[in-house]
Amino acid sequence: MCVKTNPDLQMVRVKNREAVLDGVPYKLGDLEKNALEAAVVLRDAAGGKVTALCLAEGDRKAAEGIKVALAMGADEAVVVDDPALAQPDQAAVAAALAAAVKKLGACDLLLFGEGSTDNYTGQVGPRVAELLGLPQIGYARKVEVIGGAVRCERSMDDLLETLEAPLPAVVTVVSEINEPRIPGLMQIMKAKSKPLQVWALADLGLDPAAVAPLREIVSNLAEEQDRKHILFEGTAAEQADAFVNALINEGVLGR
Amino acid sequence: MPELLVYSERVDAARELVAGGRELAAALGLGVSAVALGPGAGAAASELAAAGADTVYVSEAAAFEGWPADAVAAGLAQVAARAGAAVVLIGSTRRGKETAPRLAQKLGAGCVTDVSSLGADAGELLAGRYAYGGATVARERLTSAVKVYAVMPKTFSAEGASPGAGTVVAAELNASSAVKLVDRRPKEGEHVDLDAAPLIVGLGRGFKSRDDLALGERLAAALGAVVGCTKSLADFEWLGEDRIIGLSGARTAPDLYLGVGVSGQIQHTVGVAGAKLIAAVNKDKEAPIFALADYGIVGDLYEVVPALTERLEGV
Repeated sequence: MCVKTNPDLQMVRVKNREAVLDGVPYKLGDLEKNALEAAVVLRDAAGGKVTALCLAEGDRKAAEGIKVALAMGADEAVVVDDPALAQPDQAAVAAALAAAVKKLGACDLLLFGEGSTDNYTGQVGPRVAELLGLPQIGYARKVEVIGGAVRCERSMDDLLETLEAPLPAVVTVVSEINEPRIPGLMQIMKAKSKPLQVWALADLGLDPAAVAPLREIVSNLAEEQDRKHILFEGTAAEQADAFVNALINEGVLGR
Repeated sequence: MPELLVYSERVDAARELVAGGRELAAALGLGVSAVALGPGAGAAASELAAAGADTVYVSEAAAFEGWPADAVAAGLAQVAARAGAAVVLIGSTRRGKETAPRLAQKLGAGCVTDVSSLGADAGELLAGRYAYGGATVARERLTSAVKVYAVMPKTFSAEGASPGAGTVVAAELNASSAVKLVDRRPKEGEHVDLDAAPLIVGLGRGFKSRDDLALGERLAAALGAVVGCTKSLADFEWLGEDRIIGLSGARTAPDLYLGVGVSGQIQHTVGVAGAKLIAAVNKDKEAPIFALADYGIVGDLYEVVPALTERLEGV
């Protein structure tokens, strides 16, 4: 299963239109915790091994997330760390993860969050599926392994679908799938002795050109909102009256 | 001429993308084609032509039934190669968002998902999407030869679009899905569609109890609005999760959003930034919601909401 460490979005504030990330803690993404919980439950029922896989992404404190993943029950962890992956785009992340999965060898099920909690692009799971030639099922809220297949229930707007894919397969999960466990002190202590490998691109047989970004971020600022900022005063009845008149003038009411 | 290619399994979203894509294509010197996939998909061809498509590629192959991501990505890649697509626009629905990256990977393309603005500037496309959970908007440029964008519904409008030639091409596509549909059924219970609601009343922590929400619900009924809420009210289980607006819920674009007892934390307001008008009732005049509002009423919601409801019921 693949994880990413994200800034804690409940702590992000905006100052002068820039997101302020100084002092914001990084944590294992919420959806990754859901994916990991699903992986651990499947392993406990069907046997096998859970490997937590992530990219170091420069100074983004991936190690913190991996520690949590191991404490939550992953058997081992692999971190891909390479200077060429300091600021990867989604194609680069997918290329590195797919190569790491190949190096790990036999893998039955690849679990991802449906998106990362910070930028939510949802790209990495489908891209890895394509790179490895695997079927994909997105937005799973129930996942079970039946024989050589994975069966998932997913919610698509006003429909529920049950889909089945032969293993190996890629599955991305939504938050409704489970309530991730909170590891206790014992699990946290035990996690320290679990195997953790760090691989560079060369270990994966990848050239830095294979992870060259296809995307540039030109700017990343809070939007300026052009709003009227009209405040109504007086008694509640007067305020209500003025507001309703404004809505009528705007054409919102009485259509 | 290289093409701008449009696809969505939702015809309304495809029409918007064709209409918006036509303006971008004109600026970039591209033709406009649309793709319709799945049993019965050919019926959409005339609508796509009316929205501005010069060519509509149609495949009604059974492999596209239910639009599985692997089969659709394979089919679109073949159309993209045949049409010489330089830009592909896909509706960023759940299905579109899981298909676009797979297609991009097949085409060696960069991809931006959940695009909320897309413009051509000096011959280059610049896509805007929310980042950091909506606190900021990242403007992104793709540097690959082919570019794939999954664009949010309602980013463009199909109103007043000029029609295209609409030549229908029956496409023979080699696609199949490894994923099997076991069952498909409608969701039980009431379906709350905040995305499409023209009027929304958002309820927040200013309400002191679950029973008091009836005040807000009565106001919404008087307005003809759908009730949404902040995440905290759903966490209290006062309202369902399908009513959450913001980072953890819906991104809405109504004509009017009226926040009642909503303080205006970014985690909620990211879901209403697309509203044409924002209004708020809050007793704290320093509440951040007022910085975003067109119309504000500073006052106790327990007095203002009944007065407002009474006034609206008289309209």
